[in-house]
Amino acid sequence: MKVPRLPVGGFFEILVDFVRVTFALPFDWIKVILLWVNEQLVFLLELPPFWLVAIMVAVIAYFLAGKRVALFTLAGLLFIAAIDLWPETIITLSLVIEATLLALLIGIPTGILAAKSDILDRLLHPVLDFMQTMPAFVYLIPAIMIFRMGAVPAVISTVIFAMPPTIRLTNLAIRQVPKELVEAGEAFGSNWFQMLLKVELPQALPTIMAGVNQCIMLSLSMVVIASMIGAGGLGSVVLNGLSNLDVGLGFEGGIAVVIIAIILDRLTQGTRKEKEIAH
Amino acid sequence: MSKLVVKGLYKIFGSNPKRGLKLLQEGCSKEQIFRETGLTVGINNANFEVEEGETFVIMGLSGSGKSTVVRCLNRLVEPTAGEILLDGRNILEMDRKELLQTRRTVMSMVFQNFALFPNRTILANTEYGLEVQGVDKAIRQEKAEQALALVGLQGYEESYPDQLSGGMKQRVGIARALANDPEILLMDEAFSALDPLIRSDMQDELIELQAKMKKTIIFITHDLDEALKLGDRIMLMKDGQTVQIGTAEEILTNPADEYVRRFVQGVNRSEVLTAADIMVKPWTTVGINQGPRLALKECKKHGIESILVTKEGMKLAGIVFVDDLIAAIRRGEQTLRNIVRENEVVRVEPDYCVMDLIELTLKSSIPVAVVSEGGRLMGVIVKSSVLRALIPERGDESA
Repeated sequence: MKVPRLPVGGFFEILVDFVRVTFALPFDWIKVILLWVNEQLVFLLELPPFWLVAIMVAVIAYFLAGKRVALFTLAGLLFIAAIDLWPETIITLSLVIEATLLALLIGIPTGILAAKSDILDRLLHPVLDFMQTMPAFVYLIPAIMIFRMGAVPAVISTVIFAMPPTIRLTNLAIRQVPKELVEAGEAFGSNWFQMLLKVELPQALPTIMAGVNQCIMLSLSMVVIASMIGAGGLGSVVLNGLSNLDVGLGFEGGIAVVIIAIILDRLTQGTRKEKEIAH
Repeated sequence: MSKLVVKGLYKIFGSNPKRGLKLLQEGCSKEQIFRETGLTVGINNANFEVEEGETFVIMGLSGSGKSTVVRCLNRLVEPTAGEILLDGRNILEMDRKELLQTRRTVMSMVFQNFALFPNRTILANTEYGLEVQGVDKAIRQEKAEQALALVGLQGYEESYPDQLSGGMKQRVGIARALANDPEILLMDEAFSALDPLIRSDMQDELIELQAKMKKTIIFITHDLDEALKLGDRIMLMKDGQTVQIGTAEEILTNPADEYVRRFVQGVNRSEVLTAADIMVKPWTTVGINQGPRLALKECKKHGIESILVTKEGMKLAGIVFVDDLIAAIRRGEQTLRNIVRENEVVRVEPDYCVMDLIELTLKSSIPVAVVSEGGRLMGVIVKSSVLRALIPERGDESA
């Protein structure tokens, strides 16, 4: 017996087409804004010479995560410059920074609201599962259709891919604040915002920072994938290596990604541990 | 008028609690309602009044609803039905703004596990209540420092909670509650998480503080000794219901039902009961101007070897012994004036602790006299009355 073919693909085609046409104007605006932000980030990162950037990041690393991470950061960034991948690294970083900021900007407040509302929490649950488990490549298709090629669809698909853990961990972090502390906050007459800012967020910070860390790591992995739609950066180096079967080039790009990943991870984890020690 | 009046308070946990309320008012039991509807009855028709300046203890075992009751008072838990009148105003009808105001200025809470904010210093913790009110930094710091001084924690302002011991943490909890100068202090098992010795110290300090502050305190505990020590009045709860309200003595000597009786059985009665609770009426006394013959007759009648002698106005004059009476009769004396022994009889005041009476009565072969401040004879204590007091059931009958 033959199972009738369900037109699921057709449904998504119609949906994406409908969204693209209906929200053409706001999408144009988003495109302009995101592109502008990306250009500014690239401009800022390209402003100082590579060694100055390397030193500055190493200093930040020293304060956030200690001597060893600082040394690794300095050596890693100089290594990237030495294999001639500095410009690509800047593009990748600009995309990661933009996507991460956007994902946090949307994700943290959403996580807070989900923690306060069981209904929203239940509604979000399947949506987040969908966002997280859908193969990352799939997001690229509608992103291209709506925003064409380049940095903007890369940022958008990266935000979608990297946001769920931020929402989940923020939600979890706030729900895990000890009940007695919340009661104490309430008993002394805190209003909604005082409760959030003075009681919940300080307690939730370590877990939220874990979400931020995950968000950055996922952004990086997605930005690399997004080179397939012309985002540029280290991803396109790897992609070139792949399409030309150039093992050397592929590994150079890959190693640069790994270095950036380690630096970003240690920087954000470093802040987390610091916070835990200082309460 | 009472500071706080609670009338017909119900709290039922679960969805659609009104259904449970109806069943409850129809006379269904807690277990029945849970079996039929899955609803949990937290408070079942609690009624009580708290007077201004008194320490009102709510006592019960875990699950008795006592913590829920105290949380209803500041609406950390929304009651299902009832009235809570604070100076005549129903707290349950307050809007959000009034409620916040009440929580900020009228009631403060002290928690079982301290509930200090771990990211804030001791000073910042103490300031919290003032901070959310928007009080000036300088003023709230000063008030917080005063509150910390009150609980003996000067010098710890810049420490963090996890650097302090349990007892010190709860002092901070109390300082935080006192800093915004509330009218009512809600203390939820405030000392239950502390070591026994520290706990006893904190109880003493609370009594001392309360003597200075005269706040209205509502103190939740599962520990009868603590309740008896702190409470001006005690409310006993079971299964969300009020079982008995009364002073320590009333509850000890006149338990409302079998549950209270069993509850109070374990208490160390010698520390709670006073001379006034266990004294008995003297079997007999004689006036100092009466004759030795009469006194001797009384002694023979009651089979005793000595008899208390009173002056005008039932004031205690002393005691006379049978031997002396016989000698006096031989000498032909007409009154007891010459043979009464003033210092032989031990006198105690009515609030004298039974614990200390044990020793006194054991040492002395004659009864201990309980006298009022004016020297009036109120009763006597013999060995048997002390022993009876220490054995609960018998004590209840005789007292």
